[in-house]
Amino acid sequence: MTLKHVTGLLCAAAMSIALAAGARAEDKVVKIGVILPMSGGTASIGAHAKAALEVAMDIINNAHPELGNLPLAKKAGLAGLGGAKIEAVFADNQGNPATGQNQALRLITEDKVAAVFGAYQSGITLTSSAIAEKYGIPYLNSESVAANLTERGFKWFFRTTPIATDFAKAYVDFLADMKASGAKTDAIALVHDNTEYGTSVANTISAAFKEKGQPVALDVAYPVNATDVQGQVLQLKDKKPDVIIMISYTSDAILFAKTMQSLDYKPAILLADDAGYSDPSFIKAVGKISQGAFNRSSWSVGPAGSPSAIIADMYKKKSGEEMDDTVGRQMQGFFVLADAIDRAGSTDPAKIQAALKATDLKPEQLMMGYKGVKFDDKGQNILASGLIIQLQDGENYTAVWPKANAEKAPVLPYKGW
Amino acid sequence: MSFVLVQVIVGGLLLGAVYALFSSGLTLVWGMMNIVNFAHGDFVMLGMYVAYVVYTLMGGGPLLGAPLATLVLATVGVVVYFALIRDIMKGPMLAQILGTFGLALLLRYSVFWWFGANFLSMPQNIVGGTFAVAGLRIEASRLLAGVVAILVTLGLHLLLTRTSLGSKMLAVAEDATAAQLMGIRPDTMQAIAWGIAAGATGLAGALIANFFYIVPTVGETLGIVAFVTVSLGGFGSVPGALVAGLLIGVIESLSGYLIGAVYKDIVVYVLFLLFLWFRPQGLMGKM
Repeated sequence: MTLKHVTGLLCAAAMSIALAAGARAEDKVVKIGVILPMSGGTASIGAHAKAALEVAMDIINNAHPELGNLPLAKKAGLAGLGGAKIEAVFADNQGNPATGQNQALRLITEDKVAAVFGAYQSGITLTSSAIAEKYGIPYLNSESVAANLTERGFKWFFRTTPIATDFAKAYVDFLADMKASGAKTDAIALVHDNTEYGTSVANTISAAFKEKGQPVALDVAYPVNATDVQGQVLQLKDKKPDVIIMISYTSDAILFAKTMQSLDYKPAILLADDAGYSDPSFIKAVGKISQGAFNRSSWSVGPAGSPSAIIADMYKKKSGEEMDDTVGRQMQGFFVLADAIDRAGSTDPAKIQAALKATDLKPEQLMMGYKGVKFDDKGQNILASGLIIQLQDGENYTAVWPKANAEKAPVLPYKGW
Repeated sequence: MSFVLVQVIVGGLLLGAVYALFSSGLTLVWGMMNIVNFAHGDFVMLGMYVAYVVYTLMGGGPLLGAPLATLVLATVGVVVYFALIRDIMKGPMLAQILGTFGLALLLRYSVFWWFGANFLSMPQNIVGGTFAVAGLRIEASRLLAGVVAILVTLGLHLLLTRTSLGSKMLAVAEDATAAQLMGIRPDTMQAIAWGIAAGATGLAGALIANFFYIVPTVGETLGIVAFVTVSLGGFGSVPGALVAGLLIGVIESLSGYLIGAVYKDIVVYVLFLLFLWFRPQGLMGKM
């Protein structure tokens, strides 16, 4: 290496340092650690969520006056922090609770994130939020529904999504309405995997029905990421419940749909608890053989030109997918967190925590169909709510219940293929 | 015996035949060449994607997809042998494990990058849908996979026991140096073995794609069953893998139906461990 080369390299190095320093001085950045399943059986969810959060960051970091009352949309960046930009640091939980926990630790101790956001699977939210609690860093969860997550006495954990107990109540009321309109809904079967999500949601639902004096007739549990579900489908076919409630991630939901067709099994009512049934790749793969499936949702695209319709368009441009309930709840949660940081006017964890506690968003400030966002002492959003949707044509979900929000009337029985 | 039980057993046999099908390639490589190929499940995954691409680009069903997947994967097998396996075989066992494990991740994430993480699926009726025999529902695509599993097993067995190529491969497996002294080129034989094994695996993937979902991580779900099937069947025994696959399929289905799906893997693995305790060489393996 000649002297000229060395000088050249040194100059380049000096310039890049100067440039980097300049950039840092100009745009202040607030880092948020985001834990998602980017690989493993639910990787499709992580890929969609990443695209959605990138759209959310675009909305926060750039001026989007067309989005009306949505907080942080009008101006570029966080006004409370001198126009600072939000930057997500993505971490892969690999669908594994232990990995999720390690990622939380890394994000907090090495990347020094201001807050943590995640982690899709209830079981991973459980472990990763424990780390944030230990380090006193705010943790916002937007989509895990296991009831116990907010029953741990945590001070730094906040959850914007409606949870299992809310939905269990909705299912009870929905099926009562269906019964009133002449459908048979007496024998209910729960089909669920053995993860934190599957077991806890199944327990919550079965408790809600028991309270109404209608105990669940059949409980079909299976190991997650099953290679085969013929036995379970035959069990259902044999016992003939009136209603089956599916609590499954994408891979198993697809396998169930295929196996139900091959064994020619159709329940009168199939009601799905979100998760796999909301994954666009589920609809693409087996939507046509799952016509008439009911599902829960808090997302409704709304009329053209409305903020939610504009966001849905932005998301479709980014990801090539239709907006669905899961990514909608994730974006909504991210907005709530960014709004709190903005109001805190600081990246100090205690100030963000105080701002989250003071959150009081109205329905018109939200992209999701919640009645608002306001946290109770446990960190649960008490204004979260949802509706029942149906995959009538096998391609798109339509809101069918409650009547006030319905676009179409529910169609019975389950059609399948 | 109740009617449903018969359906459960038939379902189990068909499932087992599929297990046998995607294990036959592994038993060849693991049993004969003593290499644990951790990328096996991802070879199955590649086969599934080849079939899917054939379907989406050319509209071809398994008649076109399955032979193409066999060819593509056979080529991949030979390339992998020369580029990776030949060298890591000289190293310690750990190098082989890590090498093939790295290969598995490379394949998985290459497919991830190219196709994305979305779940894909072939149309339901690509192989004649489902038909009923005496009230028993049989999925044509699973039956096809089952029949091919038996044919592949038979073919591999005959190749190894009745042809000179097979004898040469076995000779190399037994003692590469001695085989070399007899004028057999170990490199060529092992490359052929890898080609055949990977080809059979690709074929399995293409046929499984007709009734299973397709996703880059599907190899993880299927891979473990292949390892269990091969150990139960006996290392290097192709017919052993068939019997073991059928056995595991039926036990899984029966225990899943009778006791509950969450417990079926416990039943399978307890029986598996008990069996290996009494007969460590597997069903049809040599000591």
